[in-house]
Amino acid sequence: MATTYDKIQSTTLASAAASITFSSIPATYTDLRVVLTGTVNGDTAYMTFNSDTSALYSRTWMTGDGSGAYSGGGTNENNIRLAGLFTSLINTVPALITVDVFSYTGSTFKTCLTTLSVDKNGSGETAREVGLYRSTAAITTLTLNAGVSTYTTGTTATLYGILKA
Amino acid sequence: MATYTLISSNVLASSAASVTFSAIPATYTDLVLRVSARGDNTSLLLEMTLNSATSTYSNTLLLGDGATASSTRNTGQAYLRAGYVNPSGSTASTFSSGEIYIPNYTSTTDKPMSSLGMTENNATTAYIANYANLWQTSSAITSISLQVTGQNFVTGSSFYLYGISNA
Repeated sequence: MATTYDKIQSTTLASAAASITFSSIPATYTDLRVVLTGTVNGDTAYMTFNSDTSALYSRTWMTGDGSGAYSGGGTNENNIRLAGLFTSLINTVPALITVDVFSYTGSTFKTCLTTLSVDKNGSGETAREVGLYRSTAAITTLTLNAGVSTYTTGTTATLYGILKA
Repeated sequence: MATYTLISSNVLASSAASVTFSAIPATYTDLVLRVSARGDNTSLLLEMTLNSATSTYSNTLLLGDGATASSTRNTGQAYLRAGYVNPSGSTASTFSSGEIYIPNYTSTTDKPMSSLGMTENNATTAYIANYANLWQTSSAITSISLQVTGQNFVTGSSFYLYGISNA
């Protein structure tokens, strides 16, 4: 039997990569959690489930950049953004991104909570975002995509499974 | 190896000016510190120092107080701002809730981290404080100290340090 909080897969990039994919995710857990520490050499970061890029995603976010607090959202999008203000990711200072995906094997739509924490001693951002994926399919693949950018060498992403049973 | 392991805990049997976790083993990937605390004076700010260092900390804060949201930044700090705790004026028996997440705490690169502190108390203004934190150091983290500015943690305040392994 799986334990309560298990590592499922972990990747540390030996070279820059446009995306990090966790595939063949087992259905033996209740929730999923991703922890990513690293940098993006551009200003984009996205997430998709099951390699699905159709317009089934929506999101609501709030963020602070040290001078103001902001909130926004989007509907019928092709992915879930991993940051409130994309520009905060561009740096050599590593960022911390977490993603919690709830009831990922359920037959209802999937909700997730993402956080971004990146302080650069003079700039940066702290963001929270709730996302919705309007699919009843179990999630078996999770992709962290840097868009037109890349995750830099040394970036580490780990997928954990959380079990309630 | 267990993935999410309690390293140490401290539930205060009497008030204390600070709480320290020392000799943190290097056998995990990330650290999680869960805090439920209350102070005996008016200050809200939970201060954290790492390895007893008193420099090169910075943070970005997103703060909500039930009416407005704001964001501020601190650089060149002597301590990390790691959340808020319930002050003495909060409703009796209410304690804060908070979590500090420190990834790659043994790495030789700068240490990003996140912290969250909430002070809901069904009366006076309550806060939810989201911090992005940074400690510029190449040192592995071996100790964590917490205090509230100029006051004590009260009896019953609790602190749980967990290690998470991705090995």
